Amino acid sequence: MPADTIAFVLRRVGRATQNSISRLGFAARFFALVLYHSPAALRRVQLTLREVYFSGVLSLVIICVSGLFVGMVLGLQGYDSLNKYGAGDSLGIFVGLSLVRELGPVVAGLLFASRAGSAITAEIGLMKTTEQIAAMEMMAVDPLARVIAPRFWGGVLSMPLLAAMFSVMGVFGAYIVGVRLIGLDSGSFWGNMQGGIDFWPDITNGIIKSIVFGVAVSLIAVFEGYDAKPTAEGVSTATTRTVVGASLAILALDFVLTVFMFRGAAS
Amino acid sequence: MNRATIDLWVGIFVFIGIGAIVFLALKVGNLTSLQTTPTYRLEAAFDNIGGLKLRAPVKAAGVVVGRVDVIRFDPKTYQALVGVRIDQGVQFSKDTIASILTSGLLGEVYIGLDSGGDTAMLADGGRIAKTQSAVVLEKLIGQFLFDKASTGGAK
Amino acid sequence: MPATARPSLAAPTCPTEIAVELAGVSFGYDRRRPILTGIDMAIPRGKVVAIMGASGSGKTTILRLIGGALRAQSGKISVAGQNVRELDRDALFALRRRIGMLFQFGALFTDMSVYENIAFPLREHTKLPEELVRDLVLMKLNAVGLRGAAQLRPSELSGGMARRVALARAIALDPMLVMYDEPFAGLDPISLGVVGQLIRKLNDALGVTSVLVTHDIYESLKIVDYIYFVSAGRIVAKGTPDEVRASQDPFVRQFVDGEPDGPVPFHYPARTLAEEFARAG
Repeated sequence: MPADTIAFVLRRVGRATQNSISRLGFAARFFALVLYHSPAALRRVQLTLREVYFSGVLSLVIICVSGLFVGMVLGLQGYDSLNKYGAGDSLGIFVGLSLVRELGPVVAGLLFASRAGSAITAEIGLMKTTEQIAAMEMMAVDPLARVIAPRFWGGVLSMPLLAAMFSVMGVFGAYIVGVRLIGLDSGSFWGNMQGGIDFWPDITNGIIKSIVFGVAVSLIAVFEGYDAKPTAEGVSTATTRTVVGASLAILALDFVLTVFMFRGAAS
Repeated sequence: MNRATIDLWVGIFVFIGIGAIVFLALKVGNLTSLQTTPTYRLEAAFDNIGGLKLRAPVKAAGVVVGRVDVIRFDPKTYQALVGVRIDQGVQFSKDTIASILTSGLLGEVYIGLDSGGDTAMLADGGRIAKTQSAVVLEKLIGQFLFDKASTGGAK
Repeated sequence: MPATARPSLAAPTCPTEIAVELAGVSFGYDRRRPILTGIDMAIPRGKVVAIMGASGSGKTTILRLIGGALRAQSGKISVAGQNVRELDRDALFALRRRIGMLFQFGALFTDMSVYENIAFPLREHTKLPEELVRDLVLMKLNAVGLRGAAQLRPSELSGGMARRVALARAIALDPMLVMYDEPFAGLDPISLGVVGQLIRKLNDALGVTSVLVTHDIYESLKIVDYIYFVSAGRIVAKGTPDEVRASQDPFVRQFVDGEPDGPVPFHYPARTLAEEFARAG
């Protein structure tokens, strides 16, 4: 019966929307609670440092290797296109701007979400499944302050550093391809780059972007872990949601931030 | 994984990270050439500024001595009013010519200043009297075609 | 090094005669499906009391209500004279510091060693210097017989050992009330005996009150002072171990004798056989 089907679909959509909105509200309240407990967490420096280690230090390898490869590909593709206009010497500024403004924060953010974000979600979800979170609460220790907030700040503190490292490795990769392999002039490579990239707005905007992405990824990762259903299936769903949600959030925020930041450059 | 090891690795990580930011700032960007020197303002009116943008460089003898600060349209004279900031310590005579030039064929647009012989110098807020507008490519082609047509017709 | 004041360890004993009291408590996650209805219980100080029933009868929910992790819809829950429902967050946390809980399968923190697991409540709630913390941790481990396992990680422990470490952690702050959620689940006979004896001995030695949620009738009858039977969210029977052994109540008899069918039916509610196969055929 078409009428029944329509009613059924509407009910499903309605319930899904209601669930999403109440989840959003819960997430907002959760974020406020995490911030509320943050001073206590940051005072316990050891806890936060440990999380910076697990999120940041252990992501170093993937970030640096990826940065190198992205930079090399940018160098090859960029030279191929620029050379058609006789602008091969501009490879430096092309690669530099692409990395510092966009690729550094965005790709590093996506990699961070996949590696560190999913790990954080899985860890918190597993702690919930094995009743460790409940045990902590019964021992009168607030898990938000002891477990969640340090992991959140570990991610936020690691992201800008990782994005900067990504950009540096990318520039280095383009240098290898452009100057060493293709034979561009080293001086014009660096000179054009330095002439075209300003600390303000290019590099600072890149840093601001990576901080915003760090907040988004870390928040989504700890929230999904905390909200996961305490079963094996629940943890796996939560991990997937972290990677997908954080990736989409990064791309959407990237658009919004780029519009705000580089609106002036287009005039 | 004991505390000392974690602290060491986190320390190395933060050190490399800040080092990367510093590297980007100095080597990739041009932080060292960040203008913190005091500047003074000059103004100039152009018939056509072409592709001149804000923060475009102002060069004298090919060296950057300032930046474009403000671009406004004057409804009374139908001209573009451009305000520039020049480094303190670089003075220009009152008969300086300000031209809008392009570096290379497709390069960025900038203002070139040619100093004249006048002993009096422009002060803060002064107006550059002699200006040369940007060369607009379409008008140039139109001019060329018109010239060709007129010489062809005269034959 | 002078010992710093230990406020949370200052009152290990319970000030009231009745340590835990439930009066008319009802609870359900969903208004339409109540999990507990009209629960009345009185647990005297210093005694070991078991709450027994079939799986899914709501036993663990009672523990969560006592600990304040869940809020009852109606009724009164008082622990050491304090009404749990009326406590604010800080008061609730202060009360929880005097309650120790042993979770099913231990719930040890997997990123820490055994030593650090037991030191956790001490480090979080007291400002004791590390030497004193070490002494206390080793004492608690000694009480459960695992002093030599201090440097192992939870993943390296057997089920019984993990349960005992969790027990040591539960008594780390010398609580006045210890709650056990299925302490005998999944243990071999030797470990069963060990855990059962530990529960009884620690209760008497430390002067605490113990509440066990379990369905292991054999071990419980050996060590507890009183038993409450819960079925479908209500208390259906209660008594001392002797009274239970002699009871003629059908539910108690089915539970004690392990009969597959009785007041707790074998078949999940369904249509009659005639209806079921008539439809298919």
